[in-house]
Amino acid sequence: MWTALWHRLAHPGHFLRWSGAATPWLAGLSALLLAAGLYLTWFVVPPDYQQGETVRIMYIHVPAAWLGVFFYGAMSLSAIGTLVWRHPLADVAQRAAAPIGAAFTLICLVTGSLWGKPMWGTYWVWDARLTSMLVLFLIYCGIIALWRTIEDPNRAARAIAILTLVGAVNLPIIKFSVNWWSTLHQPASILRMGGSTIDPSMLYPLLEMILAFTVLGVTLHLYSMRTEILRRRVRVLTIREAERLDAGAATASIVTSPRAMTVGQGA
Amino acid sequence: MDLGSHAGFIVGAYAFTALVIGGLVIGALLDQRAQKRALTALRGETGDSRS
Repeated sequence: MWTALWHRLAHPGHFLRWSGAATPWLAGLSALLLAAGLYLTWFVVPPDYQQGETVRIMYIHVPAAWLGVFFYGAMSLSAIGTLVWRHPLADVAQRAAAPIGAAFTLICLVTGSLWGKPMWGTYWVWDARLTSMLVLFLIYCGIIALWRTIEDPNRAARAIAILTLVGAVNLPIIKFSVNWWSTLHQPASILRMGGSTIDPSMLYPLLEMILAFTVLGVTLHLYSMRTEILRRRVRVLTIREAERLDAGAATASIVTSPRAMTVGQGA
Repeated sequence: MDLGSHAGFIVGAYAFTALVIGGLVIGALLDQRAQKRALTALRGETGDSRS
């Protein structure tokens, strides 16, 4: 039953139908959740006893970091879908996710730097967590650049799926870097054995912002997937049109060539 | 609201985030509009009438 449902939802034609209906609702939900999250962040969350007001940066930094990793995880699953099942929507999903994941990773890096300067006294240190996040951003940039280099989407899909899976090695390094190495970046404080170390007055607004960013990210992803399907249709129609014009030109040359020969022979 | 001496860092972080997310949203809207226009134009030329 689940397999049948999955195949139905993942069929490009069905995908365009259900995602077209779902996207406006998801966009509205994203706006509502973001508005509520920003209200909680700016007007309800108390200043931290150590970080003071600077703690408010965490309400965009942590969700952005989560989405940077989340989209790379989604791309890795899509890469398996491309390599194993050669599902056309898997490649579409992967291509649409890369710029969104890169953007959220960039937000994570920049907001982390802006938090680090007043808290650590520096914008950047070559700490394992920071460096592995920078590597994630560079991998995203590499994947986007490779896509632009290879014109044929089918050939690009396989090469990029392999590169994506190789880059997935970085995901556990990002997660466990704060445990494996002595880092300036603080250890996990939300998902950890023994429960969160954050006070509920700060934790629930943070979880709300993570939810808001996730719904926004998924909405953007679905929307970009629809655009990618349209882009591929444009490509197919452009090739078909070029072939039609070529065939027309060839027919015209066959029709006109005997006269040309006659003229040539007569000369 | 008094953000204290680190106000510039806090506002800067939110402004950068708004800029990037705004760019993502506007870029996505413009890209889809361009693809829809191209598709409509090509379908007019090739006579393909699929939705």
